[in-house]
Amino acid sequence: MKLLLPETVRDALAHMAGRDGVTTPIAGGTDLLVHWPVRLGERDRTYVDLWQLQELKPLRWTADALILGGLTTYWDVIRDRRAGDEFPLLVAAARQVGAIQIQARGTWAGNIVNASPAADGVPALMAYGAVVVLESQRGTEEVPLDGFYTGYKDMRRRPDQLIVAVRIPRRRYSYQTFAKVGSRRAQSIAKVGLAVTQSDDGWRVVAASMAPTIRRCPAIERLLQQGAVLRDSDDLLPAIARDVSPIDDVRSTAEYRRRVMARVLYDELRETCGWR
Amino acid sequence: MSTVQVVFTLNGAAVSLDLDPAERLLDTLRYRLGLTGTKEGCGEGECGACTVYLDGLPVNSCLVPTYQVRGARVESVEAIAAERLGPFLAQGATQCGACTPGVVMTALWIGAHPELLETHTIRELMAGNLCRCTGYDGIVDAVNTALGHGEPPV
Amino acid sequence: MQRREGLAKLTGRERYVDDLPLENFLWGMTVRSPAPRGRITAVRFGKDVDWSEFVIVDHRDIPGPNEILLIERDQPVLAASHVRHVHEAVLLVAHTSREMARRAAQAVEIVVVPEPAALDFRVAPRPEQIQYGADNVLKRLKIEKGDVERALAHAPVVVEGAYETGAQEHVYLETQGMIAWLEEDVLVVKGSMQCPYYVLNALQHALRRDERRVRVIQAPTGGGFGGKEEYPSTIALHAALLALKARRPVKLVYDRSEDMAATTKRHPALVRHRTGLTEDGRLLAQDIEVILDGGAYVTLSPVVLSRGIIHAAGPYACDHVRIAGRAMFSNAVPFGAFRGFGAPQTLFACERHMDVIARTLRMDPVELRRKNLIRDGQRTATGQVIQDGTDRVAVLERALALSTFEEKRRAHTAFNAAQRSKRRGIGLATFYHGAGFTGGGEVHLNSRLRVAGLPDGRIEVLSANIEMGQGTLTVFTQIAAERLGVTPDDVVIGEPDTARVPNSGPTVASRTTMVVGHLIERAVDDLRTRVGLDDRARGSVVKDAIAHWYAAHPGGRLVGEAVYEAPPGISWDEQRYQGDAYGAFAWAAYVAEVEVDLRTCATRVIDFVAVQEVGKVINPTLARGQVQGGVVQGVGWALMEECKFKDGAMVNNQLTNYLIPTSDDVPPIRVAFVENPYPHGAQGAKGLGELPIDGPAPAILNAVAAATGTEPRAIPLTPERLMDLTR
Repeated sequence: MKLLLPETVRDALAHMAGRDGVTTPIAGGTDLLVHWPVRLGERDRTYVDLWQLQELKPLRWTADALILGGLTTYWDVIRDRRAGDEFPLLVAAARQVGAIQIQARGTWAGNIVNASPAADGVPALMAYGAVVVLESQRGTEEVPLDGFYTGYKDMRRRPDQLIVAVRIPRRRYSYQTFAKVGSRRAQSIAKVGLAVTQSDDGWRVVAASMAPTIRRCPAIERLLQQGAVLRDSDDLLPAIARDVSPIDDVRSTAEYRRRVMARVLYDELRETCGWR
Repeated sequence: MSTVQVVFTLNGAAVSLDLDPAERLLDTLRYRLGLTGTKEGCGEGECGACTVYLDGLPVNSCLVPTYQVRGARVESVEAIAAERLGPFLAQGATQCGACTPGVVMTALWIGAHPELLETHTIRELMAGNLCRCTGYDGIVDAVNTALGHGEPPV
Repeated sequence: MQRREGLAKLTGRERYVDDLPLENFLWGMTVRSPAPRGRITAVRFGKDVDWSEFVIVDHRDIPGPNEILLIERDQPVLAASHVRHVHEAVLLVAHTSREMARRAAQAVEIVVVPEPAALDFRVAPRPEQIQYGADNVLKRLKIEKGDVERALAHAPVVVEGAYETGAQEHVYLETQGMIAWLEEDVLVVKGSMQCPYYVLNALQHALRRDERRVRVIQAPTGGGFGGKEEYPSTIALHAALLALKARRPVKLVYDRSEDMAATTKRHPALVRHRTGLTEDGRLLAQDIEVILDGGAYVTLSPVVLSRGIIHAAGPYACDHVRIAGRAMFSNAVPFGAFRGFGAPQTLFACERHMDVIARTLRMDPVELRRKNLIRDGQRTATGQVIQDGTDRVAVLERALALSTFEEKRRAHTAFNAAQRSKRRGIGLATFYHGAGFTGGGEVHLNSRLRVAGLPDGRIEVLSANIEMGQGTLTVFTQIAAERLGVTPDDVVIGEPDTARVPNSGPTVASRTTMVVGHLIERAVDDLRTRVGLDDRARGSVVKDAIAHWYAAHPGGRLVGEAVYEAPPGISWDEQRYQGDAYGAFAWAAYVAEVEVDLRTCATRVIDFVAVQEVGKVINPTLARGQVQGGVVQGVGWALMEECKFKDGAMVNNQLTNYLIPTSDDVPPIRVAFVENPYPHGAQGAKGLGELPIDGPAPAILNAVAAATGTEPRAIPLTPERLMDLTR
């Protein structure tokens, strides 16, 4: 295992720019180190350690945005009072990431880059219109999170790019909700994840564990935008079928996922949308 | 194999080690330093038996590469004063003991941060420490006692 | 008395097998079968490994018979020419570096030509799938009382039902592990285990060593629940074989994933009921069929089946009962002991069925229990007369009162009418658990225990029974101290080391306090007589007498002993499976209140009351902890613990994917005890350890049925399954 220990973001970017071959950035380790002793094949990699890059740790507030640093953890957000007031879905999502031991080390950026279809932080970020800020030696690039994923574990990040921030625009939200569905509380991986917001920018409906990537649900958003009146949760199924493609896997079934998504969405939205 | 030098504070004392970058903090504590109080229950960050404090926060040491603690403050169960453990003994917070060091670390950390209970319950904060023996009542009762919340109803 | 070793555990000073300092040792790893059945045609060693660095062991290195000694001798220590389940051990490797041992194990390919595997125990095997006897039946047992066919034919009401329980993984927080080394010519094995003498016997048998050349020591054990009853013999043999070949100490500790995949689990079960009753709900006939999946080797399946069928008819009076059980062979990883040992499976079916009966008869499930709970003077399914003086209806009433059962039922009706997406329900289970080995089992065990005097006047208890969290060290200390009138500090509990302690039997079957504790009392009495005192002598008088004895007998050893004696008046017919199955039953009534989210079909237990009569509570904190822990294991088994199998092996073998309850998944478990001293148990105690896991699953499912108007019949009742039922 080759380990590179940059002291600054600039150093890190230099390592990632290609002269050390393919590099794997490592932050809190909560994904990369799972079952580490038996995953011997992964020792033959070059890791770029990010954990000491202090400049990436803090989150900060500006007039327009909450900016999470590249190493901001779930716990950092849980402890931030203003985050609880203005972005309650972030706090709700963070609180349901495993438990305190994971929340203290897991980073929002790491979660984004791990690109799991079940990722904990991504639905809430996507529902808030978050923008991923990528740095490389070639410059800065900003990509809206809802356009970041291009396929299963595929994303718009070049190997030489590092997420240095996640910018979340401050908006007035008339509606917001978050749900993580599983067989028990405090679990690592959701069967179904949902985050929904409504603002002047329109509706955002985001689903996790329902497709190869976490994604917005344009057909459902259109329904909501048009003010459709639904009679029960089954009325959502056609739009769900257009937006997502759940599978059977070790955790749950496609049928269950579909129905839960319909029921939870319907129940969460009924009052706001004036449904039965 | 190239090693990395790691200098950090462990249970209040300075430590300097030369080690394999692939080594986990859990293994460093248990096998290299002989501090076997911290236990391995799952290797995947689910059970919390390996909980230690890293710069004052409870983390799963099975998911921490040791080199990442350079310059940081690490505390393991060996640093816990036995005088703090009275309620845990009295309330049946331990049975087989395999989860216990991790439970103690998290529980005492909660006890030291009572303001967390404005937003969290004890059970939510302890949910990263799996126990198969106690059913959790003994543990939660002990945390309540440690927080000065009085004896639980029988 | 507070837990004796509690502070050591709380401070992390208690040392389990992987904590023990060890010099100059090798790490062992196991290479396992990739196929559920077939012939091994090749073992290929990868080219990128320098195999000369490794110690390698296969079946040819076994000095004696390639058999793991248990009930039958069908299970090999290492597979030779054939494999019968995925993960069956074929080869062992060892190296000073754990990582190198892992790499090596991953670099060995076991080539198997597959043969037709039997992977569904519920279906009759095809001829090419027969691998045990003529029909893949590992064991058949039957209990018969009265004339069940006739009684059913004449019964005004007959209710049928079929119920299923899934496998359950123990998830002891300390995984399995053993260390083996040689001291001169003596093989020493130390590790995590429940039964040192089982391990000793297995080592002696396969390694052809008599008791002077093998020694087994139990290390502090981080949970067992039955998972460390028989499996440790396998891992001990593996560590020993490596150590013998290497002539160096070997440590073999399983990762969690390997432990979950390769070791035993609770037997899956299918139980069918056909019940005849009067119109007003009195039981007339119970016809029950019990089928267990035993997996690829016999292990303890016959005994699990035995306990399962004995408890299958529930704590009720019924004149006509037939219980037919069979344990099936399959090419699954062998199933084994797990807390409850067959009773949780059959009691789940019985108690779920009682509620199904109640609903069919439009009767209150509480009233159905009241009517049929066995009273003193009545007989169980095996014809045992219950005459212990316990008011079982009062136990039920206590549970109803503590849970405010009626009040909650009424409140739920209003709640459910007003709520869109939540439903609440309350359910109960009344049940029982026989303590100690079944029938003549304790006599057969012939347990022996000693209490030695020490030169300073203290005493040392020498027993093979172990502490794994349930409180053995503390309760043994209490029993010995109280019997002699000394303080706990005057009592030493000897390490369970076969070189020093006699065979007082395994730490299983809820027998440790009741049976072995009673042996302590008698051995203490015996010790007292050996210093010329009678049982009125207590405290410092006895201590002084012991010290004086040692002063007067230099080089001598003062030891009191007790050998098991069956309580008078018990008789069991093994051939006809009739008679007194157990010396004592503990009785219980549990109530679960649940809330179901109709959107996700997730069920939360929001209140739980556990009332039990256990003879005498020797240590309230420890007893309460046993109940709470067993209940939460039952909650997990009922709602979220699902073993997913492919080719008979668990594929969700990680804690991320096999979910056990966290602190946030269960409410406070409210516990109450009723006491009715059992004259033949230590201080009047009956066995307690397994009882608590018999009740939660049916109580919870009964509550879900009440909440949702569905009839769930299988566990785990995952949200997916409940959604199928509620659509």
